[in-house]
Amino acid sequence: MKNPVDIHPGTVVQGKWHKQTYRIVRKLGSGANGSVYLAEVNGKKVAMKMSRDVRIITSEVNVLKSFAKAQGDVPLGPSLFDVDDWNVGTNTIPFYVMEYIDGTPFLHFIEQKGKSWVPVLILQLLSELDKLHHAGWIFGDLKPENLIVTSTPFRVRCVDVGGATQFSRSVKEFTEFFDRGFWGLGSRKAEPSYDLFAVAMIMINCYYPNRFPKKEGGLVQLNRIIRENRELARYEDILLKAITGKYTDARHMHQEMIRDIQRQVSQGKGLQQTQGSRRQKSPQKKVRSRFIGVLETVLIIFIICFLYVAYIMEKIM
Amino acid sequence: MKTGTVRQILLITDGCSNYGEDPLAMAALAKEQGITVNVIGVIQNDQIDEAARQEIEGIAAQGGGISQIVFTEVLSQTVQMVTRQAMTQTLQGVVNQELKQILNKDISIEDLSPEKRGEIMEVVDELNETVNLDVLILVDTSASMKKKLPTVKEALLDLSLSLAARMGNNRFSLFVFPGKQKNVEKLLDWSPRLDAISSVFSKLIPGGMTPTGPAIKEAIRHFEDRRSIFGFLTKSDDFYHEESS
Repeated sequence: MKNPVDIHPGTVVQGKWHKQTYRIVRKLGSGANGSVYLAEVNGKKVAMKMSRDVRIITSEVNVLKSFAKAQGDVPLGPSLFDVDDWNVGTNTIPFYVMEYIDGTPFLHFIEQKGKSWVPVLILQLLSELDKLHHAGWIFGDLKPENLIVTSTPFRVRCVDVGGATQFSRSVKEFTEFFDRGFWGLGSRKAEPSYDLFAVAMIMINCYYPNRFPKKEGGLVQLNRIIRENRELARYEDILLKAITGKYTDARHMHQEMIRDIQRQVSQGKGLQQTQGSRRQKSPQKKVRSRFIGVLETVLIIFIICFLYVAYIMEKIM
Repeated sequence: MKTGTVRQILLITDGCSNYGEDPLAMAALAKEQGITVNVIGVIQNDQIDEAARQEIEGIAAQGGGISQIVFTEVLSQTVQMVTRQAMTQTLQGVVNQELKQILNKDISIEDLSPEKRGEIMEVVDELNETVNLDVLILVDTSASMKKKLPTVKEALLDLSLSLAARMGNNRFSLFVFPGKQKNVEKLLDWSPRLDAISSVFSKLIPGGMTPTGPAIKEAIRHFEDRRSIFGFLTKSDDFYHEESS
């Protein structure tokens, strides 16, 4: 393993080629491929990734550049600002500077705000992935750790693009739990269905925060896992289709998920599960005379949810 | 750029060789013939002893490859990472040589401006996808490896899955050492996938000496056999390797 790059807060980093200076504020994280620091330039916060391996920096910069060309108003990944080398002593450390995405880690956000955010964030993610896929890229290493929810408005953003891969190339960076190859459910060829498998696993991860080891593997185990959680079981059809690679594009999965939510709502199951406030067992045929009242409630919920969905659709279109 | 073949030996072991030729010398010999030697040292709970660690790193250094010492649990990811990194390293070497010819001076990617690097990396990435890859896997099946063999098998199947997603052709061959009668035994001849190893692996009976050097020597020979046959059948058969400096 290469030594991680370790620099102290307050260190001033100056680029060898472009001469821009950055002041390191603190370390945001580090992994096998390098470290990311929060830095300041002209009073503005930025994120700086450093690695001893120039190839890693260069590859990721290439990805960020292609992302920038491909995406609309708010890109899924961070925007790229600068690429340079830092001469420190006899060493040269290559780095790049990108937008600092401030927010709450994905799973942490769901823990704080409640499970009702799961479908919302998943739908947001699917819309973003669809744009990325249309540009000929898959995200590759899709997992909650690489997703951040920014505030006002709450929105999913990706922070690590190291796994992004052009269509029909091979996925090189992945995390076993979210990799369909690991579960014996498909190849590691870069195609939209690879990402959509990971989306399904992210959704499962929301209800199984500690994840679970591979036992029998494959469809049998994952299907059992989905059925064993009542809330997750509602999305069984969609999850199974994503897991078995039936969706060839993110938009399709997005549409079916919305349709499913609408159907659940119209059946009175209710989308929201806010902090256990709702009474669970709605007695099927308790009182006949209450039928009109129930119908009225269902109708109101349906209309509200319809407006809500219309609102989301409008936001993401 | 024309499509060539990258040739690698992947050695999976957990300790020191104790029989036959010096494995470092054999690794150096492989490198001279354009075959990179990568080594993965597998440990389980226990510490690896210093001599073994030195040998593992030494073989990779002499063989122009990469070494990693890992716990059994993370073997799958390591096997694919080491193979990939070594491939990139070889191709990077090839690209550097081309650059040298064009620019007529010694230059590496680090000397170029960040903008130029991007273009070079694009070429290397493209080559990584399209180049043909021959990997000869050498698995140590001495007694101490017994518990680790099921994981080794999983890791190799996973490697096959990962590489199958590439656009270029892959060929794998699997040897174990020590063999039943000989130092080295061939379990699988050149084939595009490793799936066939599942059944043979469970029948292995670990035990005996650790003839790492002879194993590498036999591996080189197996490459040469292939080269002569294939060279005869195909008009051109280019092998990528970094020239030793």
